[in-house]
This record gives sequence, C-alpha cells and structure tokens, in this order.
Amino acid sequence: MSGHSSYIPKSGIERWLDVRLPVVRMMHDQFVSFPTPKNLNYWWTFGGILMLCLVTQIISGIVLVMHYTPHTSLAFASVEHIMRNVEYGWLIRYIHQNGASMFFIAVYIHIFRGMYYGSYKEPREVLWILGVIIFLLMMATAFMGYVLPWGQMSFWGATVITNLFSAIPIVGNTITSLLWGGFSVDNPTLNRLFSLHYLLPFMILGVVILHVWALHVSGQNNPTGVEPKSSKDMVPFTPYATVKDGFAMVCFITLFAYFVFFNPGYLGHPDNYIPANPLVTPAHIVPEWYLLPFYAILRAIPDKLGGVIAMVGAIAILFFLPWLDRSKVKSARYRPLFKQAFWVFAVVCVGLGYLGAMPAEGLYVTMAQILTFYYFAHFLIILPLIGVFETPKPLPASISESVLGPKTGASTTAGAPAAPERN
Amino acid sequence: MIRLPARLTGLIVAAGLALGMATPALSAGSPDAPRPANVPWSFSNPFWGMFDRAQLQRGFQVYKEVCSSCHGMELLRYRNLGERGGPEFPEAMVKALAAQYRVTELNDRGEPAERPAEAKDPFQSPFPNKLAAAAANNGKAPPDLSVIAKARTYFRGFPLFVVDLFTGENLMTGPNYLYAFLTGYQEPPAGVEVVEGAHYNRYFPGNWVGMPNILADGQIQYQDNSPQTVSQYARDVTAFMYWAAEPKMEERKRMGMFVILFLIFFATLLYFTKKKVWASVKGH
Repeated sequence: MSGHSSYIPKSGIERWLDVRLPVVRMMHDQFVSFPTPKNLNYWWTFGGILMLCLVTQIISGIVLVMHYTPHTSLAFASVEHIMRNVEYGWLIRYIHQNGASMFFIAVYIHIFRGMYYGSYKEPREVLWILGVIIFLLMMATAFMGYVLPWGQMSFWGATVITNLFSAIPIVGNTITSLLWGGFSVDNPTLNRLFSLHYLLPFMILGVVILHVWALHVSGQNNPTGVEPKSSKDMVPFTPYATVKDGFAMVCFITLFAYFVFFNPGYLGHPDNYIPANPLVTPAHIVPEWYLLPFYAILRAIPDKLGGVIAMVGAIAILFFLPWLDRSKVKSARYRPLFKQAFWVFAVVCVGLGYLGAMPAEGLYVTMAQILTFYYFAHFLIILPLIGVFETPKPLPASISESVLGPKTGASTTAGAPAAPERN
Repeated sequence: MIRLPARLTGLIVAAGLALGMATPALSAGSPDAPRPANVPWSFSNPFWGMFDRAQLQRGFQVYKEVCSSCHGMELLRYRNLGERGGPEFPEAMVKALAAQYRVTELNDRGEPAERPAEAKDPFQSPFPNKLAAAAANNGKAPPDLSVIAKARTYFRGFPLFVVDLFTGENLMTGPNYLYAFLTGYQEPPAGVEVVEGAHYNRYFPGNWVGMPNILADGQIQYQDNSPQTVSQYARDVTAFMYWAAEPKMEERKRMGMFVILFLIFFATLLYFTKKKVWASVKGH
C-alpha cells in the first residue's frame, strides 16, 4: 500500500527537516494518509490496543524497576514496599501485573482474528510470522516477569519451566545450569531473569516495528478477505481508523481499569503472596492463565521430552499455518467448513486452558490428551483437508460491493466474476 | 459433509466440554476440608465496600494481645496504623504505641544499642529471626501475617470463577478462610489418628495444624460494646489482616470509581465522534 506520499511540509522547520530526515513525512504516510479498508470491524482495533499495552507495560515497568530489588532475600519485600510506601506504587504495580494479562487478552483476540479472516495468507505470511515471534517473546517476557516478585508460584514456576530445558538430550543439563547460574533456582537465576525481563520488551518493540512495516507494505486484510481493488474501497487512516481505534482503546482501558481498581487479584494466584520457599512445594503449581493451554499440552504427554516437544510444537506449528491452510479464500465468511473448524478449535483452546489449571490426574489427563491431539489435528489434518474439499461461497467482487450490496455495483454481475478460486 | 451452522456447532461443542469438565471438577472440588462460608465483610463489595474503622482498631487489639506473641507483621510500620484508610488511630496514640517496643540499632561507636521504636519503624517481630521462631515452635516458624489475607484461598472451580469476575468474591476467599480457620478448632472426630504436637482444625488443609486454638470467649476486653466472643474476635482480627495485606484498598476503590466513570464518559464522546466521522462513508 505504499503509494505516493501526500505529505506537504507546511512550516519552514518541516521543510528543513524533510530534506534531511523525513520522519514527519513517514509518520504522515503511515498513520495519517495510509489507506485502510473501509469495511474493517472492531476486531481490527486490537493491533492499536496491543501497541498501547506494550507501551503501558514498558512505562510502568521502568517505574517499577526504580523501586524493585532483584535479590532473593529482598525481592518479595521490595514489591510490597512498592505496594505500601511508594506514592501510587500500588497503582503502578497493579497496572503492570494486570497489564500483562490484558496484553494477552488482546493478543489472543488479535491472533484468532487473524485466523478467522485468513490474515496469514499471501501476501501476509511474513507479517504473520513476525506476529508469532512477538507472541513467543511475549510469553518469555511474561514468564520472567512472573518470577520477579519471588513468591511461591514465582519460584516453583521458574523451577518447572527451567527444568524443561534439561529434557533436551546431551546439552539439556548444561543449558539448565546456565539458566540457573548454579545448581538450582536461586539468586543468580533471579538476576538473569530480571535482566532478560528488561531486555525482551525492547526486542518485542523492535519486532513490532517490523510487524507494522510488513503490514504497511502488504496492507491490511479485511473481513471479506478480498484485496482492495480501488481507492473506493479505502479510507485514510486519519481520521477514520484513528477515531475508531481510539474508541476501542478507551473501551479496552475501561476493562483494564475494572481489573486494576476492583478486582486486582482475579488474574493472579494467591500463592504468590507467600514468599518463595525452596523447601515447600505448593499443592498445585500453575502458570498464569495465558500460558495454561500450553501447560496442558506439556502435561498431556507422559514423557518429559515428549511433553516439551509437544508444547514447543504447539507454538512452532503457527509458523507454518500460511502453508498448512491450502484454501485460496481468506475469510471464514465464505468458508462454511473452515468456519466450523475455527470455532471448534477456539473451544478446544479454551478447554486446554481449563485443563491446564486442573491437577494433572485421572480424567483431566485423558481429556488434555484428546484436546492436544485435536489441537495438532486442526493444523495438520483438518485445515489441509478442508482446503481440498470445501466449496467456498461466492466472493464479492470488491470491498465496496460487500459493503453496499451488489445493487450499486451495477457494472459488475454479482457472483459470476467472483467465482471462488478452488485449490 | 455435515453442515451445521457454525454457531450451533460451537454451542454443542461448548456444552459437551462444559458438561465433561464440570463433572470431574465437582469431585475434585471436595478436598478434605469443607469450603469456608461467605462472611459479610464490610469491605466485601468490590466497588464500594470499605473498612469499618472500629473493627480494624479492635482487630489490631486482638493481633497485639494474642497473635503478636508468635506472628510478626514485618511489612507494616507503626505509622500505617494512623494512616488514612486504615484503623486511623490518632497520631499521639501511634507514637505511644510504637514506644512500647524496642529497636536494636548500632550506635555511634558501632555497638548494638536499644532505643524505643518510633512511628517510622517496622512492626517488631516476636522472634529475632526465622530460626529462633522455628526453634520455639516445634521446628516450624509461625508465618508472617502481613499479606496472609491475600495468600490464602480455597478451590473455586467452574462456574464460580466466572461469577467471581463480577462479584469480586475471589478477593474474599482469604478473609473467609482465615475466619473459618480461627473458628474451626474442634475435637478430632472419632477414629482420626492424633498427630502429636498438632491441633485439629476443620478448615486447615490436612486438618492438623501446629497453632493451638488461642481464642476464647471474654479473653480480650474491648473498649466499645462489641460482643467479646471468639466469633467477633476472629472477624475483627481477620478484617485487620485484610487491611494489612491491602492497605490502599479504600484509595483504590475510590479512585477506581472516578477513573471508570471518566472512561465511560470519554468512550461515549468518542463513540459519537466516531459515528459522525464515519457518517460520510457509504455503507456505514
């Protein structure tokens, strides 16, 4: 969507800057005149919301670091010091703590939106892959952040996750020792996780910039999945997308504020208010809710290495999604079978999340195994088969036609020229 | 190919999963301890529930006269007792109270020296360190009570955890449990093997707890005319512990009201702005 720049420097300083470093021109082209499909629905506002989440986490995090002490004997008390003695420390800490969850709520909606409307398909494969990388980095960052308060779940979560690396043949134990900085989770572990927790968000920011860049090269997908045909299909980013994104952001912040002010403990685990104790194992070690589906997959496989492979595979398979889905039609709106498969898959993911929170015993394990099988089957069996056997519904000739109906598009015969491509 | 409408398929799958999950969830949800009852705390309501000042003051009295002989509250400072949103003892009282405790510090010559505690000092613990606390208590140090009201809970499960999202009842599981625990001592049922040096409590996971039943009716002399019963003592000290764990709760809820109302107002304005901006785009 990189058309001609419509930027006209107005003041002297803008003209001066424009021939030396055209940043204002770039911002204008990318965030003011950038054409966006006019039929985007509110599921498309989560990109902007995610940017907001990232910035919120970085700013609140930087302030928290000013008061936090990364030492096993002081970390817990220093977090409580923030909650009690730092001016509005409780607010900043609750924003950061709940902000992590809000970040994941938004990213999961964003990912599932991409899946539903086929946003990973040509020409957006790289855009999708960058997104999966961001998702991976987010999970690593969130896990490390959860360790920092050095409560019971911090400590035992860190123990479980770092132990996973020891399942890797030959080099596993060496990697685990390197992560630990010793022979168990201890002060060196806390220090390196703290260091990395501060580093990774900036790496996320870097990949986000690439993600937005890729998005602005290929242009946004839209609910029809039909690529824009003319400028009639588009509206400029500002004011249309800005005001719509702004409205969605404020709604999202309202939900965010609900958790921060009225139920700040809902998304966390009470055990993390018990200071870390290497001698007492909690009854149930559970990660934060956003990692639960993957935790369920990990525990569904009775073998340690197998579990790790399944868990890593569950994320890695997302990288291949653009090539596993064989259909040329993007949007689930025009893909009846895929639409069903999508919803079943979504429910399976929620089910895995639930099972991840339950103890790994009896029926729970069996169900986790069934759902884990389905999770992989969705990508490896169901999607490729649907691509072959599905008869898509007729596609609209253009975005405008889908919005206004075929009546106004008198020149095009509805349906006929838009015969869906079959694979 | 079977073609069910997508929504219907989703519903069927969801219903099946919910049924399948609810059944084991129920059986897994009955641990050896009964579920503590909901206590109607003055601060239960997640939006406007506030502390009862007098109750916090009584609760502190219970802590000071009973609990503090074994349990520390290291994260609190004496000044907190006079701060807004807490028991709000008068300043002079806080100072006098702090002065009852001794703090050991190095003096100018580098020798340990005692001085009376001041409002700025942290609550003095009953034992000099964890090892001493453990040694004096059958090998297990009594837990610090600063955040214990946020560190205890009991199984919620489906669908309670969904209800909690709106009622905030999950935040009260800590206080509910503590109250149940403090009033849950009883003779072990017949046939239960007695654990030496431990005490039977209905609500404690595993039932046998090192802490004895320390509350008795009429044991603490309240200044007001609240009933001097175990139930009242337990309720008051639990409220005090919840304040200790969440000392900014009142400020948080008050600010939250403002923030949410502002956000809703702002969102409404943005909504109409958005409508106006998009009005010229055909098909919207």
